[in-house]
Amino acid sequence: MPVQATPRKAWISLRDGARFSGFLFGAEVPVAGEVVFNTGMVGYPEAITDPSYYGQILVLTYPLVGNYGVPSNTRDANGIPRHFESERIQIRGLVTSTYNGEYHHWNADRSLSEWLAQQNIAGMHGVDTRALTRHLRAHGSVPGRIEIDGEAAPDWYDPGSENVVAAVSRKEPVTYGAETGDVRIAVIDCGVKNNILRCLLKRGASVTVVPWDYDLARVEYDGLLLSNGPGDPEQLRDLATRVRGLLEAPKPVFGICLGCQIMGLAAGGKTFKLLFGHRGQNQPVSDLITKRWSITSQNHGYAVDGESLDPGWETWFKNGNDGTLEGLRAKDRPHRAVQFHPEAVCGPVDTAYLFDDFLAEVRAGK
Amino acid sequence: MNDNTRPGNEGGATRENHMPRRVLLLGSGGLTIGQAGEFDYSGSQAIKALKEEGVEVVLVNPNIATIQTSEGLADKIYFLPLTADFVRRVIERERPDGILLSFGGQTALNCGVELHDSGVLAKHGVRVLGTPIETIVLTEDRDLFAKRLKEIGVPVAESRAVATIEEAVEAAETIGFPILLRAAYTLGGLGSSFVENAGELVEKATAGFAFSSQLLVERSLRGWKEFEYEVVRDRDDNCITVCNMENLDPMGIHTGESIVVAPSQTLSNDEFHMLRETAVSTIRKLGVVGECNIQFAINPASGEFVAIEVNARLSRSSALASKATGYPLAFVAAKLAVGKTLPEIPNSVTRATTACFEPALDYVVVKVPRWDLGKFRKAERVIGSSMKSVGEVMAIGRSLEEALQKAVRMVAPELEGVYGDEWILDDLETELSNPTDRRLLAIAEALRRDWEIARIHELTGVDPWFLYRIQNVVRLGRELSRYTLQSLPDPLLLETKRAGYSDLQIARLLLDGVKGNADQAALSVRRHRLDHGIRPYVKQIDTTAGEFPAETNYLYMTYHAQEDDVPVGDAKANRERGASAVMVLGSGAYRIGSSVEFDWCCVNAVQSLARQGYETIVVNHNPETVSTDYDVADRLYFEELSLERILDIWEKENPLGVIVSMGGQTPNNLAIPLDRAGIKVLGTSPASIDRAEDRHKFSGLLDELGLDQPRWTEARSLEEALRFAHEVGYPVLIRPSYVLSGAAMNVAYRDEDLESYLKEATLVSPEHPTVVSEFISGAKEIEVDAVANQGEVVAYAMGEHIEYAGVHSGDAVIVLPAQRVFISTVRRLKRIVREIARSLAITGPFNVQFLAKNDRIRIIECNLRASRSFPFASKTYRLNFVDLATRAMMGEPMREVSRSLFELDYVGVKAPQFSFSRLAGADPVLGVEMASTGEVACFGDGLEEAFLKSFLSVGYTIPKRGVLLSTGTIKEKTRLLPAVKSFAALGLDLYATGGTADFLKANGVEATWIPWPLDEASPNALDLIASGDVDLVVNIPKSIEQDELTNDYLIRRQAVDRGVPLLVNAETAALFAISIEMLTLDDLKVRAWDDYVPATDGAE
Repeated sequence: MPVQATPRKAWISLRDGARFSGFLFGAEVPVAGEVVFNTGMVGYPEAITDPSYYGQILVLTYPLVGNYGVPSNTRDANGIPRHFESERIQIRGLVTSTYNGEYHHWNADRSLSEWLAQQNIAGMHGVDTRALTRHLRAHGSVPGRIEIDGEAAPDWYDPGSENVVAAVSRKEPVTYGAETGDVRIAVIDCGVKNNILRCLLKRGASVTVVPWDYDLARVEYDGLLLSNGPGDPEQLRDLATRVRGLLEAPKPVFGICLGCQIMGLAAGGKTFKLLFGHRGQNQPVSDLITKRWSITSQNHGYAVDGESLDPGWETWFKNGNDGTLEGLRAKDRPHRAVQFHPEAVCGPVDTAYLFDDFLAEVRAGK
Repeated sequence: MNDNTRPGNEGGATRENHMPRRVLLLGSGGLTIGQAGEFDYSGSQAIKALKEEGVEVVLVNPNIATIQTSEGLADKIYFLPLTADFVRRVIERERPDGILLSFGGQTALNCGVELHDSGVLAKHGVRVLGTPIETIVLTEDRDLFAKRLKEIGVPVAESRAVATIEEAVEAAETIGFPILLRAAYTLGGLGSSFVENAGELVEKATAGFAFSSQLLVERSLRGWKEFEYEVVRDRDDNCITVCNMENLDPMGIHTGESIVVAPSQTLSNDEFHMLRETAVSTIRKLGVVGECNIQFAINPASGEFVAIEVNARLSRSSALASKATGYPLAFVAAKLAVGKTLPEIPNSVTRATTACFEPALDYVVVKVPRWDLGKFRKAERVIGSSMKSVGEVMAIGRSLEEALQKAVRMVAPELEGVYGDEWILDDLETELSNPTDRRLLAIAEALRRDWEIARIHELTGVDPWFLYRIQNVVRLGRELSRYTLQSLPDPLLLETKRAGYSDLQIARLLLDGVKGNADQAALSVRRHRLDHGIRPYVKQIDTTAGEFPAETNYLYMTYHAQEDDVPVGDAKANRERGASAVMVLGSGAYRIGSSVEFDWCCVNAVQSLARQGYETIVVNHNPETVSTDYDVADRLYFEELSLERILDIWEKENPLGVIVSMGGQTPNNLAIPLDRAGIKVLGTSPASIDRAEDRHKFSGLLDELGLDQPRWTEARSLEEALRFAHEVGYPVLIRPSYVLSGAAMNVAYRDEDLESYLKEATLVSPEHPTVVSEFISGAKEIEVDAVANQGEVVAYAMGEHIEYAGVHSGDAVIVLPAQRVFISTVRRLKRIVREIARSLAITGPFNVQFLAKNDRIRIIECNLRASRSFPFASKTYRLNFVDLATRAMMGEPMREVSRSLFELDYVGVKAPQFSFSRLAGADPVLGVEMASTGEVACFGDGLEEAFLKSFLSVGYTIPKRGVLLSTGTIKEKTRLLPAVKSFAALGLDLYATGGTADFLKANGVEATWIPWPLDEASPNALDLIASGDVDLVVNIPKSIEQDELTNDYLIRRQAVDRGVPLLVNAETAALFAISIEMLTLDDLKVRAWDDYVPATDGAE
């Protein structure tokens, strides 16, 4: 479906007063959220279904969006959506430079605009996304709104002000691969991306995903994974305290993204908000132990202060650009976490070996 | 997807690597199709990177027009042939401990492999730096490569290596027709083609075996989509992909012939990263250290993919990727080769981060190749699996439409975009299914005719997404034609500008159209849109999509914006502080007649300006150039060289002025329009430029000065042309109006020629007269390159052509200083040059071409800009003509350079590099249209030594077996008799066709008579060439321009197709014969540039 001949004009406004004009696509509704940018050049269906983006308005710096349409809602043998990272689009709004209504791909099923409209998500195109990105880089991620002339704008919304994990986490535990798995992994769902589950399942584990506030005593497992998710980790102090207890147990724990921040808090550390976060597919990280560098997919606005960790913990990975902590580990226990996304999708798969390492540890400890 | 690859040390370089002390760098020689300016860029970057590490660099490259062979880069420069023998002698003399093979294309690689195989490198302790030679050999041998990829689990197209015709047929039958037939160890896809059946296979395999002992019979992937990844790996096994690129053209069209888009546009995340991961793991397992390119094909219906090839070296694609992303690939690759690791190398754009990251683009890049097929007689226009393009452009935009339309204008300045230009099209369906250089226009035309996307996709194999984008351009163009400028709604105007429409293109499509001057029409659209606030903005290429503050000077303009990245009016503010900016216009796409030499001029002008304390702004759009490197100018606009865009930049930058005289004809053509638009053109005044360029005005000037010129007329009808020809006598030179036809210049020897050429030129009419001029045969051609300051000549170089007039000066062998010109002639030429400089008040570079015959001197051309031979002159005299010219243009007072400088005790010879082997069917003759794609120059103690070195540098070899002779008219036969005797004296077997055999017999020279190709006899001349019994063919066409001489054509073509050296000009053939009789290879001295002429302060 081509973009309408005369698209409706709209604005992306930031709470600090900056305003950028553009046109609507997808659902023509005004929305509010935290405005963040991602520098990935591919993978919009995966990105916008990533629960870590919950409550955010996503600016894509790559200017051509929608080219290959959107794939179908098919599910794999485990009932997990084949092409998406969660059950729905998680962002509040999408902001692009160019949106091309005409798409083509062997695996496409509809246009991005149609899909956004189906899920009532606002889209804007024709925006000077580079100017907007440079503004965010200089002033930091801020609440913003997609505003439509003549329609009432919603109140500003900051996902850091509430526990957004509660909004994206499953309400009931689910188990996948129960018959086939040789080890049992419990995943605390803070907004887990489906590919984390796929990565575990494909390596022969069975996976039980539990709500973020679930009592783990009710689950039998050999290893624990703390998932990614949205929001400020400080909102999850309770969870961090519970995790601190679990870290005393010998069962290996692996954290990803928000899971890394929770492990950091559990390890006595502090977290802080990055000015504009790391969101993209080109983030270099160095493994301080092997000295090896990898290119990673990232999506986080907060980070752990490596200096603040309890003795017995150490920085494992560092960001190659700004030196912030990208991974931490216990010195004498099998607990580790990374701030980046080894499951990729969208993004490079250089660090997928971390799942092998985690499962090897779990199998060794079983 | 293989997502569990753990970084490992497999294939990694050893830790014993230590920093080398002195490195030998091999360049790529003269520019050819498939190997062009990109290797000047990569070699220059390598030298800079090594120097930064304190490594000494010795460079071998006979390409004198390159930046890498300039002052201040390499420690030692050898202008010598890139053959194993010469390089061995350089190694013996220089004793390097390392050699870099990956910065000089296939030429350097082949030379290096030969030196390795013959044990020379081991004997002298020369380490191959970077990717190990075993890996290079593996990636070059298609069979080994396919096997290795299968071993490591990477899918490849089914293929079999064959060494005989029989094996080829058998393999093809197993795999099933159609198949792709390819040759190993060649550049630019030479000798590869699609084959539909066994008969065709025999024919094509025979041709292929002429170039390679091994051919590959492969599953045809025609119609699949093609992608490339540029990969970098260090010795610690850190491995990144810097850029991925998508070919708009499907498989079946060589990537050098394809329109290429970066990043990929039609891949999903899974596909993108599946290919990326495969690229990384393949390169790790192959053990590449440095830069590498890997190509993939994807089935558009399923996502199935195969790896096509790996180039374990810098390539055309890596140069493009480097410019497309801002990531300095060649620089980094050189550092990795001497043992640095990616995290150790600072990111030169952000300065805060390292080279270990992958660039994120927030724009789209479109590369379009430049063809010059119209320049070659008989060349096929259809493009395919062999490369024929001679250059390329790169356009940057924030939508595909914007970048694509920019690119079309860049590559073909006569076009205004994808849509809206009038052109004649015979059979649209054929144009679409047999792609030519016009295929984009054909697609637009099909869309204008409302053909279904599916049908166009079926015919072209182009992904529908790209077709939709072109459809959008067409839709907007149609929309425009409903309005006048005044009724045009602003949103539509903005949308068309965002879709890359130029002001002129808009003017043409509007209801009011273009009346009168096109520039004026475009300017009225410009004024209108500026009044309505519609203007482009400046954005930076920063490698991080804005994530980090970047100190980048790399800029482009877009309408998809609401603000500039860089503060506007910077230059204005700077000027107030005392600094002023000067804009230098680059050369645009390399093409026949305008190539790396003009980039050398631009870069040297920029360096001169910087030395004088000016800020510098470069505008250029050629990704193969050094002028577009991040470290050349203070600000680089990777933009169109058009009036519209230069005005846009001017308004942003407010510089002191603009230099148009360094980039060849493209920027020079802008002098007058820019001047009219109120822009300060530095140097010689545009009025003078007009006086030199306008044939009537220039003629009047010469009359005024009492200077002689060949008689000429502007014929408005055939009768007028005939009348003129009869008046001055044949032959006459015909120069058709380029406005209407692509017809080439020609020489007519009689009425019939004149009639047929004028017919070929479509029409001769009062509106489009054809210039007919007297053609003086047997005249000597002399060229003067000079610099003047306010009308006074400051320096000049006088060069002599070996060939008589009639060979384009770009194809001529030029000797510097002139060796065989009378002193009295020299004196007169100098006086004439001074008179011209004075009367045109020249300030800056200029070039005058003369004919000298029987003590009579005629002027044939005068260009008030730097010429093709400025680098040659500058390096031969070691006096930088461009620096002098730039200083003159900036008003620096200067005196004439001392005369003693021009008394050299050595000779420089510049020789043309041809690419006929890549142009199927093209007739390899020399004529009034230029056909060479590059050039080299070498020095020697005498003419013969310098000549022979330069001829060996462009691919000639010293014959050992036999020579096939067809020596033209009786006059030429006589002239060549001493040469033939030289061949005989060398003990070569002589073979001659009909008349030549008789002539030789009559003159007491033994030669075996061999029948013409069309004779019913065997073996004939073609068989002889195929047999390998001759290793030189001398074929002098009887007249330069007679198509019917098919026998001669067949012999020449056979020589080219069989890779046998061919001489087609009597004067060069004679000099070649004398030279090889006088000198053996060992007599050719291996001396560095410094040994001929030491650098002096303030010189080049």
